[in-house]
Amino acid sequence: MSVKQISVFVENKQGALLDITTRLSQHQINIRAVSLADTTRFGIFRLIVDKPDECEKALREEGFTVSITNVLVVKLQDRPGGLSEAVKILSEHGINIDYLYAFITHAINDTCVIVRVGDIEFAEKVLMDNGFTLFSDEDILKI
Amino acid sequence: MFWQKDAETMNRAKIKEVQLERLKWTVSRCYNNVPYYKEMMDKAGVTPEKIKTLDDVRRLPLTTKDVLRQNYPFKLFASPKEDVVEIHASSGTTGKPVVGGYTKNDLDLWGHCMARLVVAAGARQDDIAQISFGYGLFTGAFGLHYGLQKVGCMIVPISSGNSEKQIMLMEDFGVTVLIATPSYAVYLSELAKDLGVAGNLKLRLGLFGSEVCTPEMRKQIENNIGIIVTDNYGLTELGGCGVSGECEERDGLHINEDHFLAEIIDPDTGEVLPEGESGELVITPLSKEAFPIFRYRTKDISRLSTEPCRCGRTLIRMDKVVGRTDDMLIIKGVNVFPSQIESVIFTMPHIGPHYQLVLRKERFMDCLEVQVELIDGTLLEKYGELEALENRIKDKLRIVLGIDCGVTLVAPRTITRFEGKAKRIVDLRKA
Ligand SMILES: [Zn+2]
Repeated sequence: MSVKQISVFVENKQGALLDITTRLSQHQINIRAVSLADTTRFGIFRLIVDKPDECEKALREEGFTVSITNVLVVKLQDRPGGLSEAVKILSEHGINIDYLYAFITHAINDTCVIVRVGDIEFAEKVLMDNGFTLFSDEDILKI
Repeated sequence: MFWQKDAETMNRAKIKEVQLERLKWTVSRCYNNVPYYKEMMDKAGVTPEKIKTLDDVRRLPLTTKDVLRQNYPFKLFASPKEDVVEIHASSGTTGKPVVGGYTKNDLDLWGHCMARLVVAAGARQDDIAQISFGYGLFTGAFGLHYGLQKVGCMIVPISSGNSEKQIMLMEDFGVTVLIATPSYAVYLSELAKDLGVAGNLKLRLGLFGSEVCTPEMRKQIENNIGIIVTDNYGLTELGGCGVSGECEERDGLHINEDHFLAEIIDPDTGEVLPEGESGELVITPLSKEAFPIFRYRTKDISRLSTEPCRCGRTLIRMDKVVGRTDDMLIIKGVNVFPSQIESVIFTMPHIGPHYQLVLRKERFMDCLEVQVELIDGTLLEKYGELEALENRIKDKLRIVLGIDCGVTLVAPRTITRFEGKAKRIVDLRKA
């Protein structure tokens, strides 16, 4: 029940991101969520898209340094503290979060959080056991 | 062990005597048989009779690569064309190549010079030698071939490329000596490791040449496949490889001095420097029939030493060439060669082989920034891993160059590909 995420290396210079998004629209790839971590010199652009395999192939062919990894997309409980509940459960089970970022889907009006952890299968089980809903690649396609 | 013990262990006075006699012969041959050299010598007011001592070589003008290009292809040959039995040429990336010709005697002598070098490096008659240099106009493959053939080794002339087959033959034939460029040897050694056959190889000796082999590359090859790596030196302009090579002591390259006269000059003034000083290597071959040349400016930076060597050879030694005069950068007062930076980049995983060097002045201090392409996506999961990669490259560069420099990862295919090395440098210090 994980989702494929694309990571792209970007230089910190004008037009680097635009370059990527332009390629994606040329390939009719829709972006669902993005996150950009950067320093003054370079960054890593992370994307959840409707067609991850095609996206990875297209970017690689265009000469970008790309990787594809599995992340968890967790639907948060619709109440205050929803995010901290998810984080707390993971931490109680000794699961380290490498990074996370959120997105809101207009289609289903939910807040989701994308979580990257070391042991993804264990994290998945822990979250499901505690009543969280996880998205699959197919769910992403439907958004 | 020696190939021509008498020539390799002559006393210094005898060496000089032989050199003077052969220098006179070469200068006469140039003057009488090659119109270009006659014109240049007349202009400089030197005739062959004026060469009375070895130091008189300094009366002769220096010869540069441009001269060879201007006289393309055969105008500098001193033998009639029907006596020339073989041609080799440089792999010049721009313009016309440099062409060298050989008579039968030249080929025989070339073979003996190479035989000396391979024996000095440790090759023996019962060795099986795989030549992974590209055969062709390039002098390397044939030079080693002729030398190893004289020694009587079993030669496997596989040429370059088809790397998996190279490894297969090495394993099946029990190859003991590998002849390759250092970078190809690094590649083959990595491949052998990946294929899990490194332990089955009988390789014990690597005879490398044709490009700078840095100590780091040497160490990497030695670690990967457990062989001893030796270097030899030569240039197409000087008849190819065979000028000098390392003995088993691996403390400098012995020049075949009875056939090559070496000088070190200041590259800016052309003045000859005293022994022990570092400068541009200038070579006069002393025994060439078809393609004699005098005082050829190699553009390679080296140093000479007549200190006795533990191997017993009395032949002068030159330092391993670390770089060329036209590539040398002076950063914070330290001489830096792109080849050194190349060797570091080349051996690091995750990054591509292309690089750009940017030099700046910041607060009156020289700053070197090395830009390299990140080509492997596996480090993208953790941000810190990219920074750790930058730091690893930085640390290695500090060890090799002796100065601190900045490292910047850039996206693949963003560094412009140039043919020459010079353009890889952007020097903003003067701006
Ligand atoms: Zn020696």
